[in-house]
Amino acid sequence: MRERTQPANRWLVLAMQVALIVGSLLAWEFGVRAGKIDPFFFSAPSQIGVTIGGWWQHGYILRDVAVTMEETVFGLLLGGGIGIVLAILLASNRWLGAIFVPFLVLFNSIPRVTLVPLFILWFGFTLWSKVVSAVVLVVFVVFFATYDGIKDVDPTLVANVRVMGAKRLDVMRHVLIPSALTWIFSSLRSAVGFSLIGAVVAEYFGAQAGVGYRIQYSEAQLNTSGVFGGLFILMVLVFIINLFLQRLQRRLLVWKPVDP
Amino acid sequence: MTIISLAGVTKTFDSGYTALRDVNLDVAPERFVALVGPSGCGKSTTLSLISGLDRPTSGTISVRGSAVGGITEGVGFLFQRDALLPWKTVRDNVLLPLQLRGVGGEEARSRVAEWIGRVGLRGFEQSFPYQLSGGMRKRVALAQTLVYNPEILLMDEPFAALDVQTRNLMEAELLTLWQGSRKTVIFVTHDLEEAIALADEVVVMTAGPGRVKARYDVTLPRPRDIEQVRFDPRFTELYSRMWNDLRDEVLESYARANAAG
Repeated sequence: MRERTQPANRWLVLAMQVALIVGSLLAWEFGVRAGKIDPFFFSAPSQIGVTIGGWWQHGYILRDVAVTMEETVFGLLLGGGIGIVLAILLASNRWLGAIFVPFLVLFNSIPRVTLVPLFILWFGFTLWSKVVSAVVLVVFVVFFATYDGIKDVDPTLVANVRVMGAKRLDVMRHVLIPSALTWIFSSLRSAVGFSLIGAVVAEYFGAQAGVGYRIQYSEAQLNTSGVFGGLFILMVLVFIINLFLQRLQRRLLVWKPVDP
Repeated sequence: MTIISLAGVTKTFDSGYTALRDVNLDVAPERFVALVGPSGCGKSTTLSLISGLDRPTSGTISVRGSAVGGITEGVGFLFQRDALLPWKTVRDNVLLPLQLRGVGGEEARSRVAEWIGRVGLRGFEQSFPYQLSGGMRKRVALAQTLVYNPEILLMDEPFAALDVQTRNLMEAELLTLWQGSRKTVIFVTHDLEEAIALADEVVVMTAGPGRVKARYDVTLPRPRDIEQVRFDPRFTELYSRMWNDLRDEVLESYARANAAG
């Protein structure tokens, strides 16, 4: 047994974090009221609150979040699916792997943001320009996680099941894919994050709804409260998604020792 | 009678290292044979070749009279490293070889339960490997290997990572399980005491490239008490004779490692 120092008290940490947030917001608010901070450039928490309240009354928030989430989920499923299939294919054949992986590394180094206007040109202001923007980010995260997962599998595990009578497909099913799944699940949080970024950035470039659209629209009107309001909504969204994914990971990886 | 036969077997790896050179070895059925030698003498390679996991560069390996092509049928392999699938429970790990053989339903269930019981792990069926101690994981591996009743058991320093007490316990259990089954065992170890205590026959190999240097029959009576047999005068006598052979090889491999390193 490893000795571990007592972890910090959860509630105390939480209380301090809340105090930090409230303190910063108060400082910001009073800075504006005392005339030290120009609300035209920096807005104020109370104004951001009013803006978000107004959006809520108009029913914008739920619609924007629904639109952004739809794009994010499609991007994640499509990008994840392509990434996994591609990885299994390239990892199970020496030739395919040797030929194609360098290209994927190359493509992965392209700043994807610069492609978004192209996708809008190709697919218009539709769902698909957003989904494709998300896919080109997600595919690589999932591909490399799966590929490494399959490549890094302990050869002893493969040898063991082969001696027990496993054929190629059995090895795939009982060893390679479960091993890769660990990596895929571990990469899930960054994959979701990337999918959301892809969707929001594409909305920012051209859309009729969505959180990214809301931010861009506010910016065009020099409405800093709207920009911060949109960012706030995005933050809350990511926070909730992460909580959910943490639970999911813990359930999917029951067989793994819990990280200290 | 021969169940495993190596004839003029040489194995050179892609790196250029020759692990085995012109090895000839015949193993009679139902014998417990220990393979000892310094590190790098190709003991583990020998097991890989017999199991069909690897191919010799030249020479032939035959099992039950036919040359080894793919994976050898009816072979169980106990690895030095942990080879349990970490994402499967104890039960699912033991079930896997039966699943791969298309044994299912009630028969599979009762055989799995029987073997988990025989290695003393009843109550741990739903545990994952990370929740077990090193000794318990070895027991699961043993159950996983024996559940499909292989005729030949290849063991590659299976207990080397365990502490001394657990190790003695596992050795004793292995003997008990083996005595009931009369399987052919090839047990690789660098521990001469372990080899003599367990085996019917000890094969001493030379420093790499490995060749068979000498073979000794261990005539100690069975069943053996792992703890007590070490104090038998015949044990001590065998030990000193074998150690004379082994020492030169260990020194040789030591000198080479130092020269290289």
